[in-house]
Amino acid sequence: MKVVIMGCSRVGGRLAGLLDAEGHSVTIVDIDAYSFRWLPPDFKGTALAGNGLDQEMLKRAGIEEADAFVVATQGDNRNIMAAQVAKHIFHVPKVVCRIRDPLREELYSTLGLETLSPTKILAQMLKEKLES
Amino acid sequence: MYIIVVGGGRVGYYLTKALLSEGHEVTVVEKHARFCKIINNELGDICVHGDGCEAFTLDEIGTGRADMFIAVTGDDEDNLVACQMAKHKFNVSRTIARIRNPQNEAIFKKLGIDITVSSTNVILEHIEEDVLVQPLTHLLTIRDKGLEIVEVKIPPDSTTIGKPIKELSLPKESRLALIIPKERKPRLPTSDTIIRGGDRIIAITTPESEDELRTALRGG
Repeated sequence: MKVVIMGCSRVGGRLAGLLDAEGHSVTIVDIDAYSFRWLPPDFKGTALAGNGLDQEMLKRAGIEEADAFVVATQGDNRNIMAAQVAKHIFHVPKVVCRIRDPLREELYSTLGLETLSPTKILAQMLKEKLES
Repeated sequence: MYIIVVGGGRVGYYLTKALLSEGHEVTVVEKHARFCKIINNELGDICVHGDGCEAFTLDEIGTGRADMFIAVTGDDEDNLVACQMAKHKFNVSRTIARIRNPQNEAIFKKLGIDITVSSTNVILEHIEEDVLVQPLTHLLTIRDKGLEIVEVKIPPDSTTIGKPIKELSLPKESRLALIIPKERKPRLPTSDTIIRGGDRIIAITTPESEDELRTALRGG
């Protein structure tokens, strides 16, 4: 599977490492090249420094041939916009988007984006830990 | 009308001032307390300190009853999300977004934003207008109808000078609306109107026939 990841945060970098280790073709994009320190040392995929909201940059990252696009930058709005561009402009078959704000996450999930709110998930898990 | 403006920077400030002076009810949402204070001191208590993409804040300021929602922060993605929130969560019928990257115009349209204003494109259009050598200037684009209003300048060495309009092979999708001669009053063109050097011709056309129109008016 060819995967493009936008945002080399701790999460993005770790996900890139996991997919790469399983043999998938991974390209990760981040506006700040310093963030590539979150990639594992044996990462064999491609790391590109550039703005993932720019269509030219996404094309260079190979979004037109990608099977999946994951966006996990620090900004909810950036993630939302990039995910919509991938889905509606480039028609990537699978698009997953991280949205911290649970209210925003609910809205975009009803609008058809595949979304994950780490805030919601973690709060739920913490609660379950307390109850167990 | 009740209008919500997201972003209280310079664009937001002057926009709000203009809207208020036209008698509209305006609420501004601004992230930075410092800008909020300036607006509240100078334009009256109309600025709310908060995030214009947050459903909670938008609910508080009565977005549900807004007639128009305008997002003019400096970040395209923030403007997009604020407008989509207003549109899909609060059913605001008219949403307007400021964009920086002209590429985003098409994307925003596709994602349901009613109107986009690109400062980059506006400046470009003004430059086009002022540069005489520009053979064709875009004056207005009527996007949802696929039409544009353009201005074509006739240079002094044009091969069409002296010919009546009926002899020009204008594309089917174009109409000449007005001829502005250099020294005389503007007039409505008829099929017998003669093209002269220095004329400025205002025409309505589809973007596809733009090149054909320019060649027909100015010669090959």
